Amino acid sequence: MSAGLQPRTGSAARFWRSTDARRLFGCVVGALVVAVMTGPSGSASAPTSGFTGSLFRPRAFVFVALGLALWAVMTFRSRFGDVVRRANDRIIATPRQLLVNRWYRYIFYLAVFAFAIWYPTILSGYWQEVLVDQIGVFVLLALGLNVVVGYAGLLDLGYIAFYAIGAYSAAYWTGALPIHPPMHLNPFWAIPLAVLAAMLAGVVLGSPTLRLRGDYLAIVTLGFGEIIQIVATNLTGVTGGSQGVIGIPHFSLHVDSLKYVWHVKALPYYYLLLVFVVIALAAFRSLERSRVGRCWAAIREDEVAAEASGINVLKYKVMAFSIGASTSGFAGILTASKIGFIEPGDFTVQLSILILVLVVFGGMGSLIGAAMGAAVLQWLPQFLRVHPLFGFQPQDLFIYLGALLVVMMIFRPAGIVPSRRRRSEIGLAEHGVGTADAMSAAGGPVA
Amino acid sequence: MCFTQNFWNLFISGIANGLVYALIALGYTLVYGVLQLINFAHSEVFMSGGFASYFILNALIGSSQPHGLASVGFVVLGIVAGATGGGIVAFLLERVAYRPLRRRNAPRLAFLISAIGASYFMYNLAGKEFGRDAVSIPSPFTNGTVFTVFGAQVQTYYIVIAVATLVMLVLLDRVVAGTRLGKGIRAVAQDAQTASLMGVNIDRVISQTFVLGGLLGGAAGFLFGLNAGVVYTMGFTPSLKAFTAAVLGGIGNIRGAVLGGLVLGVAENLGIACTQSSWRDVIAFGILVLVLLIRPTGILGERLGRSA
Repeated sequence: MSAGLQPRTGSAARFWRSTDARRLFGCVVGALVVAVMTGPSGSASAPTSGFTGSLFRPRAFVFVALGLALWAVMTFRSRFGDVVRRANDRIIATPRQLLVNRWYRYIFYLAVFAFAIWYPTILSGYWQEVLVDQIGVFVLLALGLNVVVGYAGLLDLGYIAFYAIGAYSAAYWTGALPIHPPMHLNPFWAIPLAVLAAMLAGVVLGSPTLRLRGDYLAIVTLGFGEIIQIVATNLTGVTGGSQGVIGIPHFSLHVDSLKYVWHVKALPYYYLLLVFVVIALAAFRSLERSRVGRCWAAIREDEVAAEASGINVLKYKVMAFSIGASTSGFAGILTASKIGFIEPGDFTVQLSILILVLVVFGGMGSLIGAAMGAAVLQWLPQFLRVHPLFGFQPQDLFIYLGALLVVMMIFRPAGIVPSRRRRSEIGLAEHGVGTADAMSAAGGPVA
Repeated sequence: MCFTQNFWNLFISGIANGLVYALIALGYTLVYGVLQLINFAHSEVFMSGGFASYFILNALIGSSQPHGLASVGFVVLGIVAGATGGGIVAFLLERVAYRPLRRRNAPRLAFLISAIGASYFMYNLAGKEFGRDAVSIPSPFTNGTVFTVFGAQVQTYYIVIAVATLVMLVLLDRVVAGTRLGKGIRAVAQDAQTASLMGVNIDRVISQTFVLGGLLGGAAGFLFGLNAGVVYTMGFTPSLKAFTAAVLGGIGNIRGAVLGGLVLGVAENLGIACTQSSWRDVIAFGILVLVLLIRPTGILGERLGRSA
């Protein structure tokens, strides 16, 4: 609204109606919320103790000051934004221009790869474990979910169900489950079978529900993620029930005289994972640039137009969904074989949401974004937990992740490392051109 | 059949569960009517209603045993507390997680993600602030068998749920059919753009719709918590079922939500008679998938764009 239309009032009243004031309010309230999030816990008998312990202490002033500082930064940026943006562009643009050159790019990739090979060898045992169990596996999972959420624009909230299917299939084919397979296999040979099982589950669940509105898919997958856990707990005769399954063998290789067994040690698994992550990166990159990837982009941008241009929308949605499912199943086998033990409690809906956060934070539709988002967000809580300064409690993790999802959607929906196409799609959709997701609804656009 | 011996017992407790599902389902359906979006954070609205009523009743009743008129008073107080808690949370939720996105005309995916984020934020924060163990609401009345129908015992708790829910349903029907707000909700559900041209303040209507759904969901949190206790994760399963109920009856359709809730409550109760109670959630989910496969518009049909 232009200033001329507003009634003439005092400058104080005008300030309180301005964007600056609303932003100030938001920053201070946000800082107080963060103060509560990071503050002490309460209990049912003393429900206010957590709040009073967070807000009626000197630390509250620190948070208010931080909120004010944030406000100042945001306000100044809107005043002097051009200067900042130009400086920012200059910093970002130089490496970008270098990477346009193919040879520089290959050298860059090689350097990153060499670093990824060398760096873990100097880490402590604890961090090597973290690198495999918490980071490597989750990078793979995030890459898979990126196909579903980022490329196809679908919302899959039961992603971990396929991870469970992969893990339990691996347990079945290696003979660890109460029911026995026709023949016991090395986990390596179980990989194709377990991936196939996860993919089939994806097709079976996806093909009926992908015909419906996108948000129905979200809730069906959410339910499916919960059900898988209940089934795994209750079908004791098949899955071993809530006790879980023990004795899933490690990967091993026997080729003539060459014999190698992956033991509980983290580093060999890390290199195995690294190989698979690189394969996944290369495969998804070429998929994104192939005919299939262009079909996904078309579906995201305008489903009706895509359908009218002869794209079989359902087929490509099912394809994305089952590619995601099989990647998840694949990660499941790796985990099952590394740890050697699985139980239904490993496959919670929370974990599906966690992977969604990794993808959303890094950047939907951006491979580098999804991988980096996963690495950073999985590393950070571990770091904060062991670091004496922060004393982060792991059970509070999802308070932060939930808040992060909301904040990302409000301020940076395309993620920290956005895919350029995805970002422009979101921008266009906000101006009423196209949709930027595959959620076609019967009800028309959102008000 | 496997459920012959206690068919009526299961039927009646199914109706009671179904009424609670219906109250939650109304929140989904109202919001779906105006926004065409699943409010993934509605489960936390429900949860906050449970906590609000627990705090009030725990402070007032403590370990005493109210009876007579005091019982009725405490039940009403519990419902009001739950509804208030739910309403406030729903209002804040719309302000923080929905309105900024709506202002920007963000893609639908963004709304769903932001709602899921809000849901995880709220329930885990509740776990941190109010403890992670389940607590039980001190009962405002002495539960017992009031009368029997076909050999089935009808408990006081069921009667409380039935009366409370029916009163709220009648009130909701009056609000939607007969007030200015109801007219606004119906107008926005039909065609938001035209409604705004006609002078309806869409922002206000959407906000009030969230609050209306939140009042019902919060009250449901109290009614559910009376029996099952209150815990920070209590929202997930009942809400998934309530959403199933809303789809079963026809999303966007108020009478459908009530019918869907009743059908779902009875169906899952009769279903567990044939299997085990641990399969209860699986049955409800199976019903959701079946409905989406066979009749995605629900029993009474969707009423998007016609009337809320």
